[in-house]
Amino acid sequence: MSGAVILHVAANVSEWTSRHHSLTFAAAPETSWLERAPLLARDALTGLLPESLRWFANSLIGIGVILGAFGLLFAYLTLAERKILGRIQNRPGPNRTGWFGLLQPFADAVKALTKEDIVPHAADHVLHFLAPVVLVALSLMGFAVIPFGRELIAVELDAAVLYFFAAGAATELAVFMAGWASHNKYSLLAAMRALAQLISYELPLLLSFVPVVTLAGTLSTTQIVAAQAGWTAGFIPHWYVLTPWGLAGFLIFMVAALAESNRSPFDLPEAESELIAGHLTEYSGFKYALFFMAEYFGMCALSAMAVTLFLGGWQAPCAFLEWIPSYAWFAIKLLTLLLGFIWIRATLPRLRMDQLTRLAWKFLVPLALINLGNAAFWSLTASWTGPLQLARWAIALLVVIGPFVVLGRTLSTGVGPRTYRYAT
Amino acid sequence: MNLTLAIISVLILGSAAVAVSLRNLIHSALLLIASWAGVAVFYLWAGAEFVAFAQLLVYVGAISMIVLFAVLLTRHSRSELTVAAPALSRAIAAILAGGAVFCVLASAVLKTDFAARPAAAVPPTITVRELGTQLMLSHSAAVLVVGVLLTVALLGAIVLAASDDSKKGDAP
Amino acid sequence: MLGTGLLQGLAVTAKNFVGSFHDPARLTTLEYPEVKPKLPEAYRNFPFLVSENATDPMGTLRCVACQICEKECPPQCIYIEKSKDKKPDANGKAQIYPAIFDIDTSVCMSCQICVEVCPFDAIKMDHVFEIATSDRFSALLLDREQLAKSNEYYHSIRPTEAAEVDARLAAERKAAEEKAKAAAAAKAAAPVKPATLSAPPAPKSPAAPSAEAQNPPPPVA
Repeated sequence: MSGAVILHVAANVSEWTSRHHSLTFAAAPETSWLERAPLLARDALTGLLPESLRWFANSLIGIGVILGAFGLLFAYLTLAERKILGRIQNRPGPNRTGWFGLLQPFADAVKALTKEDIVPHAADHVLHFLAPVVLVALSLMGFAVIPFGRELIAVELDAAVLYFFAAGAATELAVFMAGWASHNKYSLLAAMRALAQLISYELPLLLSFVPVVTLAGTLSTTQIVAAQAGWTAGFIPHWYVLTPWGLAGFLIFMVAALAESNRSPFDLPEAESELIAGHLTEYSGFKYALFFMAEYFGMCALSAMAVTLFLGGWQAPCAFLEWIPSYAWFAIKLLTLLLGFIWIRATLPRLRMDQLTRLAWKFLVPLALINLGNAAFWSLTASWTGPLQLARWAIALLVVIGPFVVLGRTLSTGVGPRTYRYAT
Repeated sequence: MNLTLAIISVLILGSAAVAVSLRNLIHSALLLIASWAGVAVFYLWAGAEFVAFAQLLVYVGAISMIVLFAVLLTRHSRSELTVAAPALSRAIAAILAGGAVFCVLASAVLKTDFAARPAAAVPPTITVRELGTQLMLSHSAAVLVVGVLLTVALLGAIVLAASDDSKKGDAP
Repeated sequence: MLGTGLLQGLAVTAKNFVGSFHDPARLTTLEYPEVKPKLPEAYRNFPFLVSENATDPMGTLRCVACQICEKECPPQCIYIEKSKDKKPDANGKAQIYPAIFDIDTSVCMSCQICVEVCPFDAIKMDHVFEIATSDRFSALLLDREQLAKSNEYYHSIRPTEAAEVDARLAAERKAAEEKAKAAAAAKAAAPVKPATLSAPPAPKSPAAPSAEAQNPPPPVA
């Protein structure tokens, strides 16, 4: 009797969801002045120029705003990280420079700028100079295809996601250049280890968003955000993270993003106890600051891409919260992910090189491949309604949780006598 | 011949030419990578976005690593990274071989009939969707063969890497 | 299952973060110099000279310039010169006092040996640590005026110790007074006795105190 009631309720709910599947946002939020404020400001500025120069001015304004906004975000992210890390470690964090330490990033900038720039005599001067510059430039290039708001995107590309990951892949070259140009055996060794880490985690990173592309049917970021529009029952959004394969993909993407940006617990290449500073040993002053800027920009860019691919971009989570403008929602989601990164840094110890590579190749890659199959199953069974909808969810969840538990057992080898390969 | 294409060709050909003439192997490798990046810029100029980003991802992101690792792991010391000046016999052999390849390619290019297009026509841009459809439908055999080849290469690499530790795995 | 330890760790750090805003046990930092640390009573830094009352610090110093601390100090950082005259001290007794009492704090290692050997509870260890100065030589040599601090100050920094010292000194003073009173009473009673008692004991009692008076006390070692 209760089983029949449950089936009846489930059938009604799933019928309602499939009817309201294609809800799009109403006209009102698109035209509210708060929402259109950035575009109106930009048009007011470019309206001062003649018609032929308007496209150029548009691009310049876009670039300037992105550089300014993310530069400030980088500065205050370093401060937020130090303060949050401090509070977690039972201490206040910097609070002497300005109220609550708010001028600390500028003090750090002055320190980095006034330090002596030491280049080793035998180092390759051209490469030594180019490495941080190339790294920062490539990290910044990723921001061009991220939709920050309803019509706020710097460059609208058809293959936007591929562009983003191509720019990220090219940053590995700059890491090698840094390690090689220092003319230091330890820097080179550390650069090789950093490259091994970056290459290992590129595969799970790329494999984890392939299901999103499959289901959205496009590589363009604006269309991926548009494919996640609408709400079920007004308060459950259609973000990909709220599906089984989406949740698995999101978690794999986040772990791989932590490793790609050399962030704790994967910060073996740059930790102080590992070969001094790894490939950054021979860099001082502002070049060192540029490397850290590149790391933070990479972190912000990957978080922004995760928000776009999995968390619905600039969409609001409920229909009645749409009065908050789209760029504000993007900022909220981005800051949540970044605070999550800081939280993880404060909690987890560093992974060793072999643990790192084992996690990538033996755990994340199989899970990402299985996730791809899971998403294909989800896409092919999109027409299942009624009680089949429950079956679809159940099968998808099982395919996510089952391999996770099984592969997780093989990762944690438990306690037992240690065997060493080279010790005799 | 417009200005953009001229600049791109200078970039590609120039970096390739300097790459083969430098003494320092690592500098040569990095200039070769610059010429690959130039090829990606050429694809962008021609309107093939997907191919350009794929070129960057594969060549600059991965094959460059392979080249650099191969160079560094096969040299025992830093001094072996400078290439000695070639002897005369070697230079003659190189000119002959290069000249032969150039003749073959030049004759192929000159024999092809490039259809002249009207200047006002908009060049067609291939969207990713069309590209995917074409790959999966008319060129699916090639895609499958490439996939099998890559899988065989990967399996071979794993077998080669795993064959030298026949003992149990190392410490967790 | 993989990941449960991770989630427990994240919960611990979250509890620490949230607790640092309202729970003093989770944010133990003292923001010096706005908040000064609470020093324990037995904390010792450099010594100071105790004077009985604050209105006349030089005149009521407990120190009698016996120079024991000068001799016992391991790095020999104390320099004392006795006065030529005697001044009445807090008990009214005429005592010599230190004309010069210098401690070189650049040498002093705060070992407290001077405090342990002082028989008069005249030198005690202080609590001050914010005495950094930019003058390396003369500012680090503290003289008598800078070293003399009142007994009230001593009570404020070391209450139990000061109370114990005061009690002991008061008891000693009382015992000395009792002894003086008994001696005075005995002295007053002695000439009365020969008038009432028989002859043989009579010459003894005046003889006993006179014998004592005649015998010089043994020299002090």
